[in-house]
Amino acid sequence: MAGGQDFPVPLLSARGVTLQYRTPQHIVTATWRVDFDVLPSDRFVLLGPSGCGKSSILKSVGGFLPPVEGTLTINGRPITRPGPDRMMVFQEFEQLLPWRTVLGNVLFPMRATGRFRGRAAIERARDILDRVGLGKFTDVYPHMLSGGMKMRVAIARAMAMEPDILLMDEPFAALDALTRRKMQEELLALWDQLHFTMLFVTHSIEEAILVGSRILVLSPHPGRVRAELNADAFHHGNIDQAAFGQLSKRIHRLLFEDAEVAR
Amino acid sequence: MSVIDLSARPEFERPPLDVTAEGAVERPLPLWERAWNNTALRRAVLLILLALIWEVYARYVNNPLLFPTLSETLEAMMRDLQSGVLVQRTVTSLHVLLLGYASGLAIAAVFTTLAVSTRIGTDLLATLTAMFNPLPAIALLPLALIWFGLGVPSLVFVIIHSVLWAVALNTHTGFRAVPETLRMTGRNVGLTGIRYVALLLIPAAFPAILAGLKIGWAFAWRTLIAAELVFGASARQGGLGWHIFEARAQLETATVFAGLLVVIVIGLLVESVIFRAIEARTVNRWGMQR
Repeated sequence: MAGGQDFPVPLLSARGVTLQYRTPQHIVTATWRVDFDVLPSDRFVLLGPSGCGKSSILKSVGGFLPPVEGTLTINGRPITRPGPDRMMVFQEFEQLLPWRTVLGNVLFPMRATGRFRGRAAIERARDILDRVGLGKFTDVYPHMLSGGMKMRVAIARAMAMEPDILLMDEPFAALDALTRRKMQEELLALWDQLHFTMLFVTHSIEEAILVGSRILVLSPHPGRVRAELNADAFHHGNIDQAAFGQLSKRIHRLLFEDAEVAR
Repeated sequence: MSVIDLSARPEFERPPLDVTAEGAVERPLPLWERAWNNTALRRAVLLILLALIWEVYARYVNNPLLFPTLSETLEAMMRDLQSGVLVQRTVTSLHVLLLGYASGLAIAAVFTTLAVSTRIGTDLLATLTAMFNPLPAIALLPLALIWFGLGVPSLVFVIIHSVLWAVALNTHTGFRAVPETLRMTGRNVGLTGIRYVALLLIPAAFPAILAGLKIGWAFAWRTLIAAELVFGASARQGGLGWHIFEARAQLETATVFAGLLVVIVIGLLVESVIFRAIEARTVNRWGMQR
């Protein structure tokens, strides 16, 4: 309850999540008691400098890295292992299976989980590939595609499963600036159609404001919650307006003050 | 010296040009260039060249006992093919070879699946491979003869030994080289156990697996021929190794060459037809290998 308004039940909740991983010599604490709630249809962005554990949080939500302290719940159930209700889109292009065509890649999770089969699966895959503008490339193998197209396939593959939440780990970081902007616009257009929930990791302030509806700012080493901000009002159309610049500066300050203190 | 104002250069825009009327943007390569781009043709030319060199050199040496010509070799081969001896011996050899190769692959599959799913399995495979891979399979033949006696089981035993370690080592190396992102992609959709190996690891590691299969095949051939040369003398239905051994004893050098040629031709066919076709359909098509 805030301001007399009822918010929907959170889809994803993190309560006091501490994440650690082991290197051969050390135990490294990636995040320290992080709390946040992702509501349905949120475009929730984890933003922070490298080393703030934002990717670790995403991996943990994905079920690859269990928290050493605290709980992560999705729809009220604790997250214990990877599963297709939380489809991931990675930064690397090699997430596509090179031995399957574009269509085969989109079909792979549907068939592997048995959630969609036969003609229904193929129609679904074709529909989502049309939506991301790859309708003409269904029978092509991934190595023949450009970086942006590979990323579209990865997004289509994740979306086709209708996951509860879409996890995106810096998906556009390896793309050139022009393609990145186009992909951001396309992702937002897709969201306008389908209103899916996503958890989006980035280290770019601009990308966070453009793509996100809500931004969790994290401080580095170990990652702690620094702020949670709204960014729903901003898009590529008002990137040159004062309010955009102000929010950008505010986040900048949040991130850089930390760096000063740490020094 | 005057200062040049670079910003004074005029800007301009051009309307997009329509080039559809200018003729084709791409056109086919000339015929000989397309032909030379055909791997099969290039290799055939090489083979014919080698055959010519053989024929010319053997005629120049003119000693059929030491170095028969290609035509004499082919004659001996045709004679034995027509009498059915060579066909029967080839079939005998191939039968044993396939039996050993298939069993070797099956055991290698079990070992590598164990090795990717458990840490102790990895250690087991690493230790066994380090122990047995350097050991020539033929060195186990005396032991095999004591255990299984003369005949097919002994041959299959040594062939399994020559195939197993090479294939298991390559496959396991390939599995370990699968990128982490690809692994997570598989686990993300809930793949575990044998489905994870079959649907993700095997295709992802296919270039290494294929290399292992080729090496295993070559090792199996070598071991088989060597084993037949050693004890084929007392087996009633000899294979190609026995064919070569027998011909040598009777100083029929052309027949020795013919036997060797059959081994070479089968090797070439398997490599350039079967393995080539598998490669073209898999790793080349998937862009994993050029």
